[in-house]
Amino acid sequence: MLNTYVPVLFLIGLAVFFAVFAVGVSHLLGPRRVNPVKASPYECGMITLGPTHQAVPIKYYIIAMLFLVFDLEVVFLYPWAIVFRKLGVFGFVEMMIFVFILLIGFIYVWKKGALEWE
Amino acid sequence: MELFQVQVTMTDLLVIAPELALTGFALVILLMSAFARPERRGFLGYTALLGVVAAMVSLYWGIGVEASAFGGMVRIDPLSFFFKAMILLICLLIVLVSLGYAKREGIGFGEYYVLILFAAVGMMLMASGVNLLIIFLGLEVMSISIYILAGIMRDDTRSVEAAFKYFLLGAFASAFLLYGIALIYASTGTLDLAGIGRVLAEQSWISGRPILITGVALLTVGFGFKLALVPFHMWTPDVYEGAPTSITAFMATGVKAAGFAAFVRVFFYALPSLQAHWTQIMWILAVATMTVGNIIALSQSNIKRMLAYSSIAHAGYILVAFVAGNELGISGILFYLLAYVFMNIGAFTVVILLGKKGEENTLIGDYAGIGYHHPLLALAMAVFMFSLAGVPPTAGFMAKFYVFSAAVKADYYWLAVIGVLNSAVAAYYYLRVLIYMYFREPEREQAIGGFSPAAVLAIIISVWGVLQMGILPSAFLALARQSIQFLL
Repeated sequence: MLNTYVPVLFLIGLAVFFAVFAVGVSHLLGPRRVNPVKASPYECGMITLGPTHQAVPIKYYIIAMLFLVFDLEVVFLYPWAIVFRKLGVFGFVEMMIFVFILLIGFIYVWKKGALEWE
Repeated sequence: MELFQVQVTMTDLLVIAPELALTGFALVILLMSAFARPERRGFLGYTALLGVVAAMVSLYWGIGVEASAFGGMVRIDPLSFFFKAMILLICLLIVLVSLGYAKREGIGFGEYYVLILFAAVGMMLMASGVNLLIIFLGLEVMSISIYILAGIMRDDTRSVEAAFKYFLLGAFASAFLLYGIALIYASTGTLDLAGIGRVLAEQSWISGRPILITGVALLTVGFGFKLALVPFHMWTPDVYEGAPTSITAFMATGVKAAGFAAFVRVFFYALPSLQAHWTQIMWILAVATMTVGNIIALSQSNIKRMLAYSSIAHAGYILVAFVAGNELGISGILFYLLAYVFMNIGAFTVVILLGKKGEENTLIGDYAGIGYHHPLLALAMAVFMFSLAGVPPTAGFMAKFYVFSAAVKADYYWLAVIGVLNSAVAAYYYLRVLIYMYFREPEREQAIGGFSPAAVLAIIISVWGVLQMGILPSAFLALARQSIQFLL
């Protein structure tokens, strides 16, 4: 049984060797010229203005949550559309039920004012 | 193109008719709560009640039907019928209790009832699922609804803390369960419970494989968390204390019923050939759960925390029957859970009625003198406490009797002895409530905060259940036996 895993083991060994080899060789052979700019955490971009840890309005979280829900709906719709003809009436009805339930959620969200920014 | 030959027949729909009814009503209530004016939201609770009754009627229609549906994903058989009926009963009692309570606490908006109904759908899927994926799906539907319900009192920090704690730990436990399912799939090649049972019976060499044992162990951890078994119980007291009291009752009964339904089905249906392995683990879990639950409950002064530890201890008693694993044992699990539903929801309803808005009288000291001011309510509480302690002629006594005699019959003498000793310890903290109610002078004037006829009806049903199951238990035991006959 375990014999089938020998190639996997071999691959793991190879991967580890390659990683260690690449890093090790560049460490040994590569030239090292340190200067202050290179040692700083950010080498590019502008110097930040003001504090970077700012509170994000909670509305973004609601939008993100709603986006996830309706985005997943679309994720379901794509494969469904591809096999739509094969699934026939059953698939159509099934998807309509799914969309209908999400539609109720959408109406609820809308009516509760979660889509309004102010 | 075999895959696309999907058909939904009437049988399929009949099997999940109660779930469909609850889902339909939940969606209607969701829309109604969005459109109704705030002052007219009182009827949402009654709509939820109607939904539960509709689900009960549709379950009653399917009585005697034994069929698999949706390609062998869910199944209605005596076992799932029993648990579905029990879950709907729990749901009915909780909605009845909530009608007054939710209004008093200002959580009477539609989402509260919608989530209760969705949680019940998840519980029923757990009870009727015969595929590990459906059981997991049901567990998630139930858990996510209950995470929100635990924190539905948004202005109360304890409620929010309860929800957050339950969510983080619950998500972690779900991962354990899912990993266990994955490992079982890896070793048997199927997720179907009957299929797993068949593979293990035919190819017994698989049973000894570490990957399968690990899977079963992880599954036990996942279920153990939901059932609040020691050592996976740490969240229970905080969550039970912080959550709204009606939801605490729902968690203590509904989640446990659904969890044990899936637990029994997975272990006795799919993994009976591994019984020698998991019985030892369950033995240790049972002893730890009973002992830790009871001993910590002794020192609690808050009644909700006391009942939380008591619910841990009761899960331990049920595990005793699980270890016994004989006919009386498994039917004892069902009997015990039903008895527990009546006595636990009853006790929590009394706690609710004795509370006031925002300030629930949750300290046991606050119950001093209740026996003189509210004799009937105190009498009901006394019945529930006697039943929880296991004093005849109540349901709690008969339940414990069946569970311990099952253990004796299966030659687990030590387990039965430890269980009986634990019951003796438990009597102390249950009877302490009675002593406060009847033998202490009230420290301050007590007023019933949210008296509601519906909650009184729930108490009457619970008292009836406790006494009926305690005095005439044979009909209930026969029903429980009939429900598990096919497992043996």
